Amino acid sequence: MEVKTILLKKSVFEDNDLSAAKLRKELADKGVFLVNVMSSPGAGKTSTLVALINELSSSYRIGVMEADIDSDVDAVTVAKKTGCPSVQLHTDGMCHLDAEMTRQGLNELGDGFDLIFLENVGNLVCPAEYDTGASMDMTILSVPEGDDKPLKYPLIYSKCDLVLINKIDALHYFDFDLEKCEKNILYRNPSATIIPISARRGDGIGAVVQYFKKILDQGE
Amino acid sequence: MHELGIVMNVISQVEKVAEENKVNAVKALTMEVGEVSSVVPDLFKDCFEWAKKRTKYMTDCELDLVVLEAISYCRDCKSNYKTTTYAKECPHCKSVNTYLITGNEINIHDIKVI
Repeated sequence: MEVKTILLKKSVFEDNDLSAAKLRKELADKGVFLVNVMSSPGAGKTSTLVALINELSSSYRIGVMEADIDSDVDAVTVAKKTGCPSVQLHTDGMCHLDAEMTRQGLNELGDGFDLIFLENVGNLVCPAEYDTGASMDMTILSVPEGDDKPLKYPLIYSKCDLVLINKIDALHYFDFDLEKCEKNILYRNPSATIIPISARRGDGIGAVVQYFKKILDQGE
Repeated sequence: MHELGIVMNVISQVEKVAEENKVNAVKALTMEVGEVSSVVPDLFKDCFEWAKKRTKYMTDCELDLVVLEAISYCRDCKSNYKTTTYAKECPHCKSVNTYLITGNEINIHDIKVI
């Protein structure tokens, strides 16, 4: 049998990048601002979102999509603590969300939102590679993880516009140099906005709220 | 196991092309993987061997992984250098005003079909 060569010469991410760009445009046309929230497991994505949403929900219509490999604990937590509509997405073993899964989640959540938070799977590698179609990417780094994280995971820190350094209430207990950490983040992305916070105690949450208000009120 | 997600993605794209071209089987797949793409070639091959058995067209498919060298460019002294040796700092002028030109690709190059 004759062997034929089919030349594809395409990036593995090309199809996803295209559908992400399409989704991003649709969201912009509808006036919805979608924030892709990434971090390692346990950095405090859910508790940070709860703290932020409770400050923002009087001014904006907010929805939340929680992505995990399994279970609905995050969606239940967010719904209970903020009263916001939330949906749980399961990635069925996959370590990231892609644009198509994001679209399905948005369909499930429905219309009528100004701001939607997408809590990606806790992982610093794959979520950074797959564009979800979000309007912006943010990441949370927590004090126990160490100030050298940005050196070890270049991609995620180079693509995020906003980096929150969480659990600063625990700075006392860890060998974590805040200044060094900020320097490491800026080394990866000189234009990143960095805000140290404690989701549990409330430090810095006001500054993050202002950051989002500034973006959202500009859009109106 | 971040490689498995990429393997599944590649397989679904190749199977789609195989279906559209009405082929009998895909005998070989050539991929280009950049040195700093975060794909570990050996893990990728292991995942591929596991996953190909569960496909329609690719059960006998041989994988050829071509590793592409990572090269960065310095905006200040306008020269190229090897990323894996010098990372973000230009070895010629010590500037960090640099960016990666090539080396983070994960490309499906071609397939051989019968």
